[in-house]
Amino acid sequence: MGLDIRWPIGLMFSLIGVLLTGYGAVNRASSLTRIDGQEININLIWGVVLLVFGALMLLGAMRGNKTPPSA
Amino acid sequence: MQPIHLAWVDYTVLLAYVAFVVGIGWMLARYMKSSADFLTSARSIPTWVTGLAFISANLGALELVGMAASGAKYGIATAHFYWVGAIPAMIFLAVFMMPFYYGSKARSVPEYLQMRFNKPVMGLNAVGFAIMTVFASGISMNALAKLLNQLLGWNYHFALFVCSGVVLIYVLKGGLTSAIYTEVLQFFMIVLGFAPVVYLALKDVGGWSAMTDKLHAVAQNPMALDLNSKAFAPDAWTSAWKPLLGGYDANPMGVNVFAIVFGLGFVLSFGYWCTNFLVVQRAMAAKNMTAARNTPIVAAIPKMLFPALVILPGMLAVALTAMPDKNYRIPPPIIAPEAYTQAVDAVKSANPADSAATVKAVAVALGEKVNADKITALVASNAANKLTDEQVKQGVYNSVAAYDYDSVIFSLVKRYCPAGLLGLALTALLASFMSGMAGNVTAFNTVWTYNLYQAFFVPDKSDEHYFWMGKFITVVGIGLSIACAYFARQYNNAMDIIQLVFGFVNAPVFATFLFGMFWKRTTSIAAFCGLFGGIAGSTVFHALTIATGNVPGVKGAYLWSILGHEVPKSCIFPSEMAQNFWLATFAFAVCFVLTLVISIATRRTKTDEQLKGLVYSLTPKIVDHDVPVWQRPAVVGTVLLIACVILNIIFW
Repeated sequence: MGLDIRWPIGLMFSLIGVLLTGYGAVNRASSLTRIDGQEININLIWGVVLLVFGALMLLGAMRGNKTPPSA
Repeated sequence: MQPIHLAWVDYTVLLAYVAFVVGIGWMLARYMKSSADFLTSARSIPTWVTGLAFISANLGALELVGMAASGAKYGIATAHFYWVGAIPAMIFLAVFMMPFYYGSKARSVPEYLQMRFNKPVMGLNAVGFAIMTVFASGISMNALAKLLNQLLGWNYHFALFVCSGVVLIYVLKGGLTSAIYTEVLQFFMIVLGFAPVVYLALKDVGGWSAMTDKLHAVAQNPMALDLNSKAFAPDAWTSAWKPLLGGYDANPMGVNVFAIVFGLGFVLSFGYWCTNFLVVQRAMAAKNMTAARNTPIVAAIPKMLFPALVILPGMLAVALTAMPDKNYRIPPPIIAPEAYTQAVDAVKSANPADSAATVKAVAVALGEKVNADKITALVASNAANKLTDEQVKQGVYNSVAAYDYDSVIFSLVKRYCPAGLLGLALTALLASFMSGMAGNVTAFNTVWTYNLYQAFFVPDKSDEHYFWMGKFITVVGIGLSIACAYFARQYNNAMDIIQLVFGFVNAPVFATFLFGMFWKRTTSIAAFCGLFGGIAGSTVFHALTIATGNVPGVKGAYLWSILGHEVPKSCIFPSEMAQNFWLATFAFAVCFVLTLVISIATRRTKTDEQLKGLVYSLTPKIVDHDVPVWQRPAVVGTVLLIACVILNIIFW
């Protein structure tokens, strides 16, 4: 059917990625997970991961070949 | 656990997800022009999409929650549900069975049975399946609503109706295609939402080897954590096969190798993966035969790796519980705040000299077993330092000697996720519930419309009529699921009863398909009697047997109490899991023998010509010459099986 699912997946994860990255960058204090005294800004890290994933999906959709990878 | 407070950023993530799934339904609505578009996606979808939907429809939230729970209770042996209980069956489906499902042009799994045998066989399978799907989505929605109530303090009814409403909108708009597309989105949501939690928990424990070291210590003395009532070999939680080789008593699951390999690996797993329309429907929606056959293969890749996402958290939770400095425990069962207040009073007014009385008083107040040593220590510490109420309450909480294993995953989410990531993890959870529900509803509406309504009640109407019926029954199906959710909420035993019914319906069915597909001599009357006998057989088996520690009743063996007999020793299994595996094996054997014997005794009613495309020996073999090697199901399937064996060896 006429919808390439990579568009909505790419858009959604890019959006959430931007949101988490932004939130992690601005609200550092409430974005930290403390493990053994080490502080990890997990929102920032994971936001970037989501953003990269979303961008890759969008890239795939944009290249728009009608035969997406089968595995 | 205290309700979690969500920040605006969490709600934004949640809303973005809901907007996208509803949006997908909206986008697809204009392609829905016939009942086939709506109910079967008109066989139009690429492999990687159907493959991920295949696995996502199976990855309901109960699986997510339940596998983490089992990971805590049984350790890495839980992975058998994947490496033994899924991968081989998925590859068998891809290589041997999909050609018949897809090639016969059947619109559903029960419809294949009608083509191969006759309407009664199909009807028996369709009715059982339809009931099962409605209950399955009902149970799952009840669990979701309860959870949102406990975790976030949302109103139960609100949670139930809003989540069902979202599923209703996108399924009603875009039919099966919409369910499949959103399942792909949900697949990524679940993986990307839970991965950081697992990563952080693993880091917290100190890495893989630190975790196994801890679990070795736990296995030798699980009594210290009230995790199990007897000691095991050090590798009981960290080896997949070695503990099973020692027999029922040597592993926390209480099963042996035969039960795992034959009961789970053959009967239950092939029965589920190869005949359950919920998953097979995804492969049937693929755009061509190669895509259909590759669907379970694509699905097998993530399935093989899922234990790291769903079982590992449970094992990490046990390791954390065993590390006092981490200040973590697997949550106890939910206890009312008033009961805690009473228990705190009991500790504060305790006489340090008579700790036995205090332990008893606390246990009575909470209605749960408590760890006597911890209470004694708490009383002493309170006498010495005058603890605050909050500190005493924490001590009481830590002393409860029972676990609510199903909340393992959320306790980890709560521990590691700050605002933002929390929203993502909760959305992943919601996504898993929705994918499960949508999967059930789309399978239900197809089976109802084509295999019950059209086949038995209103046969010769226009396609428009069935298209309308497909939509109508989608609404009814969701309504019934909601009713089942309330049923499950009302009766504590509902879950047990329903799971029993699943067992009865599912266990024998693979024998029917095996004979139908691979032996042209199998007759329709034999298939019907075999299937019926298998269901009856499992009912009787359940009525006569029980697992150690259970009371006769819903859990089995009620026939003995009706007869006024003690349950004989030979009918008592060492664990519920062993009982389930044996029940499935028995039902399969009954169906197998009946079908075989009656087929030999009766005359064939279908000619070879009629069975062409339906039976293995009468169907031309598919030759994959024009397909690249890396897309041939047999080749990739073999590679995956080898990979699966390697995983088993690594975690031997």
